[in-house]
Amino acid sequence: MEILSKVHAKNLVQWAKDKPEVLVLSADLTSSTEIDLFRDTYPDRFLSMGIAEQNMLSFAGGLAREGLYPFIHTFAVFIYRRAFDQIAMSVAYPNVPVRMFGFLPGIMTPGGATHQAIEDIAVMRALPNMTIFECGDATDVESVLDVAHAVNGPVYVRMLRGEIPRLFHPSDKMQFGKARVIQEGTDITLLTTGICTEEAMRAVQVLQKRGLSIQHMHVTTLKPFDDPSVLEAAAKAKYGVITMENHSIIGGLGTIVAEVMAEAGLGKKLVRIGLKDTFVHGASKPYLMREYGIDAMALIAEVERLVDDRFGIAESELAQTYLAPVHSLAKAEAL
Amino acid sequence: MDNQSQPNCPSWHDDVRRVAQGIRRRVLEHTVKNNGGYLSQACSSAEMLATLYLKVMNVGPVERPLVPPPFPGVPGPNNPNSFTGAIFNGPKAPHLDRFILSPAQYALVVYAALIELGRMDPDGLNQFNKDGSTVEMIGAEHSPGMEVMTGSLGQGLSQAAGIAMARKLRGETGRVWVFMSDGELQSGQNWEALQAMSHHKLDNMGIYVDVNKQQCDGPICSVMNMDPLAERLASFGARVIEVNGHDLDALAAPAELERDGRPLVVLADTDPCAGMPILQSRIPKLHYVRFVNEDERQRYQSFLADFCR
Repeated sequence: MEILSKVHAKNLVQWAKDKPEVLVLSADLTSSTEIDLFRDTYPDRFLSMGIAEQNMLSFAGGLAREGLYPFIHTFAVFIYRRAFDQIAMSVAYPNVPVRMFGFLPGIMTPGGATHQAIEDIAVMRALPNMTIFECGDATDVESVLDVAHAVNGPVYVRMLRGEIPRLFHPSDKMQFGKARVIQEGTDITLLTTGICTEEAMRAVQVLQKRGLSIQHMHVTTLKPFDDPSVLEAAAKAKYGVITMENHSIIGGLGTIVAEVMAEAGLGKKLVRIGLKDTFVHGASKPYLMREYGIDAMALIAEVERLVDDRFGIAESELAQTYLAPVHSLAKAEAL
Repeated sequence: MDNQSQPNCPSWHDDVRRVAQGIRRRVLEHTVKNNGGYLSQACSSAEMLATLYLKVMNVGPVERPLVPPPFPGVPGPNNPNSFTGAIFNGPKAPHLDRFILSPAQYALVVYAALIELGRMDPDGLNQFNKDGSTVEMIGAEHSPGMEVMTGSLGQGLSQAAGIAMARKLRGETGRVWVFMSDGELQSGQNWEALQAMSHHKLDNMGIYVDVNKQQCDGPICSVMNMDPLAERLASFGARVIEVNGHDLDALAAPAELERDGRPLVVLADTDPCAGMPILQSRIPKLHYVRFVNEDERQRYQSFLADFCR
């Protein structure tokens, strides 16, 4: 598996080259959100806003009303938790094109509960006019800019940084409102988002070998959620549907899928893998994924429950996952 | 009002005084008719708003007094019909100024001002707080004279700063004027905005603060003291000018100062009962006037009759 470093940093500079209307706003996390290269390349289009996110979001609303495109960069929690009223009234209500890049989704940081965005999708999707994307690999990180920029209105992106695997060929880009099919099958439909897609791929490989037919799809557009191919896949699943996300099971992918399945009258069983209505704490990514049941082994256990069978899969059978070191040159700090 | 007895006062004074008096009369009339209204805000800010529109701000004209259009639906990707109330402030152009009303609770006062200024049809006020109307009680971006969502106090200044930043980046000469009330400065977001305005040298912004020393629960000093307000603002990098908020020349003067890199803040010391001594008996509860009984309403009714004479 190819691992890339600081994908967003280089990509954003290249992408914004011929877009003078794009400004980048930072809340004192410039290196940590990979916008230092943008700052150095286009200093006139970089606005330092300090540790003052409420002002930053309303300020961005003002910029956007004047025809500019503010690209907010900070940790996700400081966007939707700190400045929710400001997003609602200064950005979402007027439907202005503010692009919010929220870093450290879910368990992606040892920074603890204060830094872990575990309910951002739940909160942000409740806002009218809001569009939500989530990145799961390097190709997503590269292609989300075009997808987001085409949206008439505000956009929230669950973003990845540092060392990121490439799961999809660079030409197999993220597309608005379209899930990518990783594996076709009819026993179980497995819908995954963000970092859980890589984790699920490890499990699916082994489960397929045990004779299970799994339809695995990678979801990147969380709102709006109206891709007909997702419902079609859910409808054909013999045993049921599994969602897997790096987010609370309340309000995220699992909830979204439950809503569309219920409205379509699909009488299928649904299993939601994610953080089970709990905060988490500061620790490493693999530890937290294991501890809170959002890793490959947790998926295998849920599949076994759903099909009422045991496959005796040992962890050593799983393909290696790439583990980014906590201290690395690809990150400005250990957070 | 202070200039009323002064000889040789400039001609714009007459216009400002006429508009200010009209603001008070219309809001009083409205309050009597509807048994409620933001009356003390009209008294404190009448000269400020009239001076802003007639002397301070370089805003374009409207062709004729506009009839407030009905609510076009909330903004969204599928609603091409949404608009803002900035149309009442004339066209947008690089050299023209912009007006942002921060305390949307002053909407009634602004509506009255727009009528007096010939920018809004007098019948527009009959739509106040009516279903389907844009002449809302707490003004929103579609309400006459308004441009952004500011009813959640603290967001107006930041949004205005974003607009000013964009205009500065584009090299526009027009300024952004923000009308504020003192009570809302308790909200932390305003101070975040002020530090950003100073840091980014937004001297194309001017803030007029109605220092009426009142808020919803009563006098500011009893709810959450903000003294010394001028020093606090100055320490955040603002260029602070303190004036008598009913003195027309004093209100107009700060806008003439050569810009020096600092955002301008005019603290206008005002009397929430100015021009309406009848309000004094309600002290310290002045935020919203609702009559306690028919008797009180009658007293205001006859005060109104005298006022119009």
